[in-house]
Amino acid sequence: MIETLKVTKRYGSSVVVDDVSITLPASGITAIIGPNGAGKSTLLSMIARLLPMSEGRVLVDGLDVSLTPSDRLAQRLSILRQDNHIAARLTVSDLVAFGRYPYSKGRPTVRDRDHIQRAISYLALDDLADRFLDELSGGQRQRAFVAMVLCQDTDYVLLDEPLNHLDIKHAVAMMGMLRKAVDELRKTMVLVLHDINFASCYADHIVAMKDGRVVHQGGPDEIMAPEVLRGVYDVDIEVETINGRRIGLYYR
Amino acid sequence: MPDIKRPTPVRLLIGLTALAVLCVVLFMTLNARGRWDFVLPFRGAKVAAMIAVAYAIAVSTVLFQTVTCNRILTPSIMGFDSLFLLLQTCLVFFTGATISSDLSPQLQFGVNVGLMVVFSGLLFSWLFTGANRSIHLLVLAGIVFGMMFRSLSSFMGRLLDPDAFTIVTDAMFASFNSIDTTLLAASLVIIGGSAVVVWRLTHLCDVLALGRETAISLGVNHRRAVMMILSLVAILVSVSTALVGPVTFFGLMVANLAYLLVGRHEHRFLVPVAVLLAVISLVGGQLILERVFAFDSALSIIIEFIGGLVFIILLVRGSTR
Amino acid sequence: MRPRPFRSHDDTSGLVVLPRDSLMIRLSLSLVAVAALALISLFVGVGDVSLGGLFGADARAGDLQLLLASRIPRTVALILAGMSMAAAGMIMQMLARNRFVEPSTAGTTESATLGILAVTLFAPDMPVLGRMIIASLFAMAGTALFLRILTQIPLRSVLMVPLVGLMLGGVIDAFTTFFAYRFDLIQSLNAWTMGDFSAVLRGRYELIWLSGALVMIAFFTADRFTVAGLGEDFTTNLGLNYRGVLTFGLAIVAMVTAVVVTTVGTIPFLGLIVPNIASMIAGDNMRKSLPFVATFGAGFLLACDLIGRTVNFPYEIPIGTVVGVIGSAAFLWLLLRRRTHLA
Repeated sequence: MIETLKVTKRYGSSVVVDDVSITLPASGITAIIGPNGAGKSTLLSMIARLLPMSEGRVLVDGLDVSLTPSDRLAQRLSILRQDNHIAARLTVSDLVAFGRYPYSKGRPTVRDRDHIQRAISYLALDDLADRFLDELSGGQRQRAFVAMVLCQDTDYVLLDEPLNHLDIKHAVAMMGMLRKAVDELRKTMVLVLHDINFASCYADHIVAMKDGRVVHQGGPDEIMAPEVLRGVYDVDIEVETINGRRIGLYYR
Repeated sequence: MPDIKRPTPVRLLIGLTALAVLCVVLFMTLNARGRWDFVLPFRGAKVAAMIAVAYAIAVSTVLFQTVTCNRILTPSIMGFDSLFLLLQTCLVFFTGATISSDLSPQLQFGVNVGLMVVFSGLLFSWLFTGANRSIHLLVLAGIVFGMMFRSLSSFMGRLLDPDAFTIVTDAMFASFNSIDTTLLAASLVIIGGSAVVVWRLTHLCDVLALGRETAISLGVNHRRAVMMILSLVAILVSVSTALVGPVTFFGLMVANLAYLLVGRHEHRFLVPVAVLLAVISLVGGQLILERVFAFDSALSIIIEFIGGLVFIILLVRGSTR
Repeated sequence: MRPRPFRSHDDTSGLVVLPRDSLMIRLSLSLVAVAALALISLFVGVGDVSLGGLFGADARAGDLQLLLASRIPRTVALILAGMSMAAAGMIMQMLARNRFVEPSTAGTTESATLGILAVTLFAPDMPVLGRMIIASLFAMAGTALFLRILTQIPLRSVLMVPLVGLMLGGVIDAFTTFFAYRFDLIQSLNAWTMGDFSAVLRGRYELIWLSGALVMIAFFTADRFTVAGLGEDFTTNLGLNYRGVLTFGLAIVAMVTAVVVTTVGTIPFLGLIVPNIASMIAGDNMRKSLPFVATFGAGFLLACDLIGRTVNFPYEIPIGTVVGVIGSAAFLWLLLRRRTHLA
């Protein structure tokens, strides 16, 4: 379970995340949605102790993230931010192998190697394992990064826009894979998503943010309603039910 | 650029001219102790050389920046003066002449300048035409070219005469204290000639500063104009390098100060202001260091220090485009 | 892309079978080449040393003396300096996440020189180890200043980083030159700044072994630097203290630079070129590539030294000049070759 208690982030006088207190249940997919500049990525970074918060606390399974030793936390929680630029020339398997660093400290055991291989296969990267990252397409690289985070094998996985750079086929495959990991391995995923329909179809829980505050949270059925979405995005969004899924229509 | 209240260009020119004349007069007369027949010709040659260098560096930098449409690249940052030194060494190396050659220094200098025009033209066309390269790549490549030219000259210098190596290394460091005056007459002739050309080119320069596409659509033969100005730059760089050696940041400093003070784009103001600023800082700087602090040859070191800081500030401020 | 037939999934011993084997072969070949260069280095010089003179029937005591007092120290110093400067460059490139950074393009070398000048001015009797420690502290402060300036730059273009570093180095250098000039130390300053192995003699070079130890430390902590090369967020995510890794890496780089500058002088560009070439062959996973970096660094320096010693025999051209020519040419090649990536 992830709890944020009155978490606030300020830069000078501008408040990016404003007094957020939410509880994210263990096991399941939580999607954070909201317009640009709502503070979604900032909140995610603070939960994962990448960014110090101005006020408040974050507890992951009762551990305060700003007090717990970083290497202990790395065995429990992993994060992938968006837009990862890596100048170093690493192969896919090199990169994925670094997901084992919190356990092996660079001396991988046979068990670590199993993990690495599984993560590579999970994201269908077997044929690309020996390729250098700078030789891959944006989508392949994104899958390699996700493989590294999965290889870290933590209960909590935080992904900031994991569908970035992915085409429709790979986006669907990625969400399916994340769903499978949650269902089979009982992981807890927190995703920042731009596409509300992916959130509706795959998430168990949706948190809607606007102007640094959480404005709504609940199951897809509660959030995927015209009046709620209108309040979040300031756009009229029709919601239809197609094959039992609630789909928002906002194209025109 | 900060928004400062600027004097009109004409007043600025008058003020700077007065200051420059004051510097020259003080330099000529201070501490002369009455030995005028010795002091005047000696100091006169020195001042003439410094004015020649100031003119050459200031004009070559402003023209170069106009042609390349930026305010951070200068001929010396692009390694032009190191190229001159390398060509000088090569000439000696391949013609088998010794450093104190039978060739008259003027003739040797002439050949060097010719080579310089050709090779700097080649280097420039290779770097600047074709692919649209980023300004940072050009600066970095220029700096590294300069390092390579310098290392090559000292390498060849060692091969030439391992014992007399110091002569070659000495030429590689700028010195305003011991100016080589054998080439002074030739330099002054070149500078006089170039002044006429530059004066006629100022309006063309105003157009070139608008950028290649605009200049072409205004009917300028861009390629020809650029090549002509670059040849002029190469000749002026040769003059200043032959007289005092390479000075990396001086041009950058005076040119940017001139842009700041003039605040307009007309070259008929920019060029003379840059020249006057260069004269004031060279003659005035040498005056202060020599007569007040008795640091004879520290001027070039101080220029490199301040110039390097200016360069970092320009880079960090992002005025590279 | 077709799947490669000869790799099976249950092979846990070598996940990357093909590259690792071919890497081992390449590394072995490079090691043989470096050993050959080292051997040649032992027997080239003004004084004549031959195997016959050493071990033959008419063995001469002078040959052995020359070998022990001058040739072996020189060759060892070359190998250690080449290895450690290349490794220092690699670490800096990881920490700055930039391909064009190395001690001489980040103000590190110039700061170390300033440190030596400070010792010469204020504590001329300090033993060589003390000199080196002061020089390391200066080098570290200079590099930290460089990294601090980098954080101030809004648009961090790849090429801006080495540009700022070169300029900072120039400014520090002008500062040093000014004081050297004021206190009549220009001669000594030139001796420190021009890399030269001709003065390496037994009893005067042993400090450089320290740089070998630093390379070993870098090798055992290589993974940290690779992780830091992935960026601050990745590093924190994997439970490492980013600032800690940064400080640790900078300390190694500063000490290596200080040791090399105090014992043999400045060697420009070595730390830039060698890691770039090694990266093309072995990638940037430092645990895999560091052996290549070290081997190539040693080989490059041995080769440059041999050129300097033989091209104008019996005179010697300082290695700083030779490296300057070859190094700047290689740097230009790296720069202009990659123009499509950097535009």
